[in-house]
Amino acid sequence: MTELLVKNAHVIDPLSGINGETMDIAIRDGKIVEEVSAAAEVIDARGMLTMPGGIDSHTHICGTKVNFGRYMSPEDMRAGRTPRRGPMHATSGYSVPTTYGNSYRYSVMGYTTLLEGAMAPLEARHTHEEFTYTPLQDTMANTLFDGNWSIMEAIRDGDVKRVAAIIAWTLSAVKGFGVKLTNPGGTEAWQWGKNVSCIRDPVPYFGVTPAEIIRSVIEANELLHLPHSVHLHCNNLGTPGNYTCTLGSLGLAPDLNPRRQTLYATHVQFHAYGGSGWKDFSSKSEPIANLVNMRPQVVIDMGQILFGRTTTMTADGPMEFNLYRLHHEKWSNHDVELETGSGIIPVIYRRKNLVNSVMWAIGLELALLTKSPWQCLLTTDNPNGAPFVRYPEIIGLLMSRRYRDAEFATIHPDTGSRVPLPAIDREMDWYEIAVMTRAGQARALGIQDLGKGHLAPGADADVAIYPIRIDEVDPSADYQKVIDGFSRTEYTIKRGRVVARRGECVVHGSNSTLWVRPKVSENYDMGKDPEFVEKFDRYYTVRMSNYPVQEQYLNRSRCIETETEL
Amino acid sequence: MNVKDAVCPFCGCLCDDIEVEIEGDRVVGVTNACELGATKFLGGERLKSPIRREGKAWKEISYDEAIRYAADMLLDAERPLLYGWSGTHGEAQCVGVHMAELVRGVIDNTSSVCHGPSVLAIQEVGHPGCTLGVVKNRADLLIYWGSNPIDAHPRHLSRYTCYAEGFFLENAFRDRKVVVVDVRKTQTANIADEFVRVRPGGDYAILSALRAIVRGKTDTIPRMVAGVTRDQLVRVADLCLNAKFGAVYFGLGLTMIPGKYKNIRNAIELVTELNRHTKFTISAMRGHYNVYGSNEVNTWMTGYPFAIDFSRGIAFYNPGETTAVDVLARKECDAALIVGSDPAAHFPRRCIEHLAEIPVVQLDPYPNATTAFCKVQIPVAVTGVDAEGTAYRMDGVPIRTRKVLSSDYLSDEEVLSRMYALMQEALKR
Repeated sequence: MTELLVKNAHVIDPLSGINGETMDIAIRDGKIVEEVSAAAEVIDARGMLTMPGGIDSHTHICGTKVNFGRYMSPEDMRAGRTPRRGPMHATSGYSVPTTYGNSYRYSVMGYTTLLEGAMAPLEARHTHEEFTYTPLQDTMANTLFDGNWSIMEAIRDGDVKRVAAIIAWTLSAVKGFGVKLTNPGGTEAWQWGKNVSCIRDPVPYFGVTPAEIIRSVIEANELLHLPHSVHLHCNNLGTPGNYTCTLGSLGLAPDLNPRRQTLYATHVQFHAYGGSGWKDFSSKSEPIANLVNMRPQVVIDMGQILFGRTTTMTADGPMEFNLYRLHHEKWSNHDVELETGSGIIPVIYRRKNLVNSVMWAIGLELALLTKSPWQCLLTTDNPNGAPFVRYPEIIGLLMSRRYRDAEFATIHPDTGSRVPLPAIDREMDWYEIAVMTRAGQARALGIQDLGKGHLAPGADADVAIYPIRIDEVDPSADYQKVIDGFSRTEYTIKRGRVVARRGECVVHGSNSTLWVRPKVSENYDMGKDPEFVEKFDRYYTVRMSNYPVQEQYLNRSRCIETETEL
Repeated sequence: MNVKDAVCPFCGCLCDDIEVEIEGDRVVGVTNACELGATKFLGGERLKSPIRREGKAWKEISYDEAIRYAADMLLDAERPLLYGWSGTHGEAQCVGVHMAELVRGVIDNTSSVCHGPSVLAIQEVGHPGCTLGVVKNRADLLIYWGSNPIDAHPRHLSRYTCYAEGFFLENAFRDRKVVVVDVRKTQTANIADEFVRVRPGGDYAILSALRAIVRGKTDTIPRMVAGVTRDQLVRVADLCLNAKFGAVYFGLGLTMIPGKYKNIRNAIELVTELNRHTKFTISAMRGHYNVYGSNEVNTWMTGYPFAIDFSRGIAFYNPGETTAVDVLARKECDAALIVGSDPAAHFPRRCIEHLAEIPVVQLDPYPNATTAFCKVQIPVAVTGVDAEGTAYRMDGVPIRTRKVLSSDYLSDEEVLSRMYALMQEALKR
């Protein structure tokens, strides 16, 4: 039995309804408990902002495309090197760090749970291998279904239950957590070098539209009672005028689940563009935020960009090719048979570039114009908008109008006429930041009942203690203190152990992987469905028996079984 | 007993539809595999136990002694080299990286003498690729460039490309066109619709000419380019532009000739250009069944696919300096651990001469050319036969190889983990 007592912590724990109380947190054997014995080890957190461990609900940290981002970018690897030190292994990389690099840097910022945003089922084993080497965070993977042939065929046949059955079989096989649609239909079209322009364009050969895919997969997701909703990367990312497409996509979501949203739309900054071309490119954050404000069934994340160098990577292959044609940097693409694809290019976001300046404003506007922080979560779509190590800067920008104005003065001078940002006064408070960086994520992912994102007794003892005295720091003026404080915890506690202290990771760690197994009746077991099996045998290049990810790949497997309507 | 869907641990095709017939502790039959794969499954005379060189003779020693010897050798070394890794499973490769980091060694894999130049090209211009099944289901044009799959990857054509059933092709065999580019008429060239015979060393010029034609600059091309007529190049470019889906597979005939990575860069840029007109992909014909896995493991753990030098504590990458051949040729390294490869059969003489001068430990089930240079050889189980573990196919698809029979041999991962544990313990003291 190990016991730990965090004393005198200044706690913000939105899911428990705690907003700035000084209290003790008792921990036994990795869980929060009511009280511990006098023998417990004590940490004095007097005056320090203490919150549940951070959760990233959309980040690219592990798997085929992330690793290819490293593979093709020795220049990025050189830009972030640390030697082996104590229990810490050597790390490389700035925008796409090695797995240890990701894990240590997230831990130092107080993050304890990460969702990999895009896992191709056929290559799931790779994602899980890298999870094992991301030891200081619990991990889970969104599984890609955007170009899944069997699903598109089931949709064409109007059989939503079959869609659900295919999702159930695949999630169980690949040990996935959530359902991800990246440019639905577009990734299949891209295997012919084509794309779909918006939600009403039919997918070549399959004939279904992205709208049909989105709607059917949402229904299927709810038939399976999955913890998380459908996680959507809308069609038409990154093009001027795409906000109408985004509004149309978000409008497709019915309100089907009382406990959480029915649709999670990710990195919406990249989908909130006005204009008919780059010349009249503008922000359309307002109509998007207005729609979100009216629809509790929708949660979005920011996808904020920050100026500087990074690497873009997404399952959205056609978008990356378009981006390549703009930037003329190196370009990688990787299509995955019968399922999905991906693309990668490095980019530099520049203050002197008008389009980049407008993009920067849009991300902030989405957060500031969305009334409820539960409905707009803090992300950069790491590393697409910026590497996650820059999250504290975003917190600073959201909390300080003065900081925003100072930054605004340095960006392209024409930005002001194209964005509403200068007129927005809102400054977020500590509580709202806690929602946007952990509590909101836990609720949106449906993992609060698994003990994530809060500090009530029974919860996982994942705690972030920041060296910030919130009663003494005025974030509006002292934004640099806010940035510094969120950059480096005093203590990060994972599963009841101190794992990081003042910028150093102090243990090797061992992650858990959360995944979902929907329980379906015999009739809906696709592993026994003759048509599904035949299709698999004929058109995949991996045998069906070799496709499922074996349990050996899951470190501390945490399987979530769901009761379904199948 | 028959094992179905076994995974062949020979080449980068990583065929996973093999049926293996087992009697007792022996493989007696192999179905579906090519001759290379079948031979690997059927096996040969393995070393019975670890051996140590004593003067001119070999002495059998225990695993404990052998592992202790290797750990001490690496701990004593000032600049150890940990080389090979393509012929073992990913779990063992991960331990190898940790070992290299611990002793501040150089870790390199066989890609530094095969597709290393391809990696360098990708690092300059990226890589438009796809999984093999995308090609199988869609490609109506295949280009084998400097590669001869009929000999080296015998089932590539039947399982993944020309002769494989394709969803979007009515008659895959008839509907696909094949172009072969090579300096000699290989067996694969015999099945080509268009065989482009290049003068040795002329590939770069051919690629540049094709790029020019694709860009509409045919009039700038001389009548002959590197032994190939302009007419033929125009025909090939037209085939590319008119294809719905084209796939280029290149081999060492493009990477290991003069120009090296520049050839690959040119080929990738041709493919990128073609993507402005139609769908095109390009991929390397990787050799060892898990050479790509070694690149993957090295990359997520260190940031680089091969040639990693930990001597400064950080991971440092500079192919040409930190590649095994260079470290050996400069006579820098003072001990070598070889896993899952046979450098003595492939490295330049100067490197092998240095290997003869320093302590060398090899993990390999069989005696090979490198055995002659070893102080100790540790026989291990064969991944995919009597050990299981992860391998990455040439297109990046990870597959778990199966253990089709039991033996008393330890796997690479087990041997290396014990070695690593001894090293960690020694350094703690």
